[in-house]
Amino acid sequence: MSTDFYYGIEVVLNGLMAGVMYSLVALGFVLIFKASGVFNYAQGVMALFAAQTLVGLQTGQVPFSHLIDAVFGLDVHHFGWTLPTLVAIALSLCMMVLFAILVEKLVLKHLVNQEPIILFMATIGLAYFMEGFGQLMWGSEIKRLDIGIPQGGNLWIENATAGLGGEGFHGFYIDTLDLYATAIAILLVTALVLLSRYTRIGRALRAVADDHQAALSVGISLRTIWVIVWAIAGFVALVAGAMWGAKSGVQFSLSLIALKALPVLMLGGFTSIPGAVVGGLIIGVGEKLFEFLIGAPFLGGATENWFAYMLALVFLVFRPQGLFGERIIERV
Amino acid sequence: MFYREVGEFKTSYRSDGQTFPIALDRHAYYALLGVAFLVVPFLLNDYWVKAIVLPFLIYSIAALGLNILTGYCGQVSLGSGGFMAVGAYSCYKFMTGFDVYLPAEAGEWVRYALPPINVFFSVLLGGVMTALVGILFGLPSLRIKGFYLAVATLAAQFFLVWLFNKWEWAFNYSASGQITAPERAVFGIDVTGPSTSAWATYLFCLVFAVVLALVARNLTRGHLGRSWMAIRDMDIAAEIIGVNPLKAKLTAFGISSFYIGISGALLFAVYLGAAEVGEVFGIQKSFLVLFMVIIGGLGSVLGSFLGAAFMVLLPVALKNLLVGQLGWATDIAAHLDFVIVGALIIVFLILEPHGLAQLWRTIKQKLRLWPFPH
Repeated sequence: MSTDFYYGIEVVLNGLMAGVMYSLVALGFVLIFKASGVFNYAQGVMALFAAQTLVGLQTGQVPFSHLIDAVFGLDVHHFGWTLPTLVAIALSLCMMVLFAILVEKLVLKHLVNQEPIILFMATIGLAYFMEGFGQLMWGSEIKRLDIGIPQGGNLWIENATAGLGGEGFHGFYIDTLDLYATAIAILLVTALVLLSRYTRIGRALRAVADDHQAALSVGISLRTIWVIVWAIAGFVALVAGAMWGAKSGVQFSLSLIALKALPVLMLGGFTSIPGAVVGGLIIGVGEKLFEFLIGAPFLGGATENWFAYMLALVFLVFRPQGLFGERIIERV
Repeated sequence: MFYREVGEFKTSYRSDGQTFPIALDRHAYYALLGVAFLVVPFLLNDYWVKAIVLPFLIYSIAALGLNILTGYCGQVSLGSGGFMAVGAYSCYKFMTGFDVYLPAEAGEWVRYALPPINVFFSVLLGGVMTALVGILFGLPSLRIKGFYLAVATLAAQFFLVWLFNKWEWAFNYSASGQITAPERAVFGIDVTGPSTSAWATYLFCLVFAVVLALVARNLTRGHLGRSWMAIRDMDIAAEIIGVNPLKAKLTAFGISSFYIGISGALLFAVYLGAAEVGEVFGIQKSFLVLFMVIIGGLGSVLGSFLGAAFMVLLPVALKNLLVGQLGWATDIAAHLDFVIVGALIIVFLILEPHGLAQLWRTIKQKLRLWPFPH
């Protein structure tokens, strides 16, 4: 086998890892869409906000310090203590639950029975709000997030596979962080599937996803369900934000991964949890391979910016409901 | 009492079907145009034109375009930034002149150097090119609907931005990757380049904005506009009563992109003077135009102008208040801007889903009786 072939395999493996990261974000979308029919554009910003909160709590930043300084002419920035990672994660989770409750109380409650596109635009507004709010609260500079997961190439895999290729091949380079992310994603998906299959809440969630009216009539509180779903989505956002933040720093561009999750959703279908995972993997591998085989040599590189969307676009023309989505039936 | 719709008797179909059938509206419109063309140019200074008036006019055109597609035809698009880039770059190519290769005999190609085209027509041609690209990216809308389409238009956004970043011919192989508007004049008066005067750029954009608004108003009242609205309200039912969805959707995409392309061309050539695609025409621009349309009012020509005015004025006002008056840092003002815009969008969607245009309609309703109770 030639060295190029092994490089190709390495590209595929890295694509799979990137795909897992996309899936993590896409999962949050699917959860909310299934339970409330809301396409939550703010999922990416939620991930950013969760990561910012996590870093802020961990390093003992004073919330709104810039604003306080500007209004009262003070100079505060840190409390001077640091929190252990687990405590910070728990507190961030509380924050996301609080956020879920507020969203339900202030936004969703007032928009019941509106058209889906209006709700979609409301979540765009929410995304803007949270983006500004998060930066006001924690500052806009790029922050390092350290949650105790080792980073850098995994030496064990590199050494184990070094003998495969010919001269100049040093084994597969795979980031340890990506391996952890994969493990966590598998755990998360399993937990979500178990939750929706075997618990009371899960049954209620599925009932609401199936038919709002019918669920209401058998005594399921729609508003409680929405809070729960947004809280779970907040949890998924926290996991995704922590992973992406540990990988590439907590910064504004983190919120843009939401945009990358969109083609994943279109491929997998908006209503399917396995679809989000498979879609993520296809997109991850697809864009890395395209960049490796066609983009970088012939088109000047950076094709990763648009390849996912084009793939989804072409795919949708042939199968409008995505791979695993429910069949779209329209009636007049 | 102050707004009267009654007491007008039309004696011909022509007068009944005119653009503004109510005399009060018509006179107000003429008065507004008179002020805009004859009075405002003498009052303007550079700051006002650069900070408020030009962006307002240019974004109004973009908002009009997106309103045709999203407000009238119901196809949500997140690709406005990319389409504006097409308008800007093709306008640039027409302005600077480019080479065309035409087939001669037996597989030979002959190079003709196209002379630079007048800036007015360059802007128009930029619009035409954008319309063609828009129709191309509108084709999937025949199969894909709703959110799926909104996401599909992101493909246009990201692909076009990438294309203009990599395709060196598009920016005339300039080392910085930027396009810079050369000095060009209309009737001997500079409208692009470094030595323009405030009133000239203002009038140049105003002509486009007024004409395009009139065209939009009449298009949406006519056969085409009604077929768009039928598609928006329920596409399957529209198809059954005989509206051709292919024609309706593609014309909406084409005309909307024409407007957005012109706005992109003006933004680059007249307002900014130089542009780098990722910075100026990124995804943020798409959202900005979408917000203008939502806040102004979906499906309203007036709303496009109100929304553009609002979104242009808000950051300027906030900056003046917070940075100028209170002396806060610029970044805090920018973040507060995000918070306020986001909150306003949600508030608008909850309280007034039809936007600022609906407020204006309510005011008119009130003025019919006010100050009398009956």
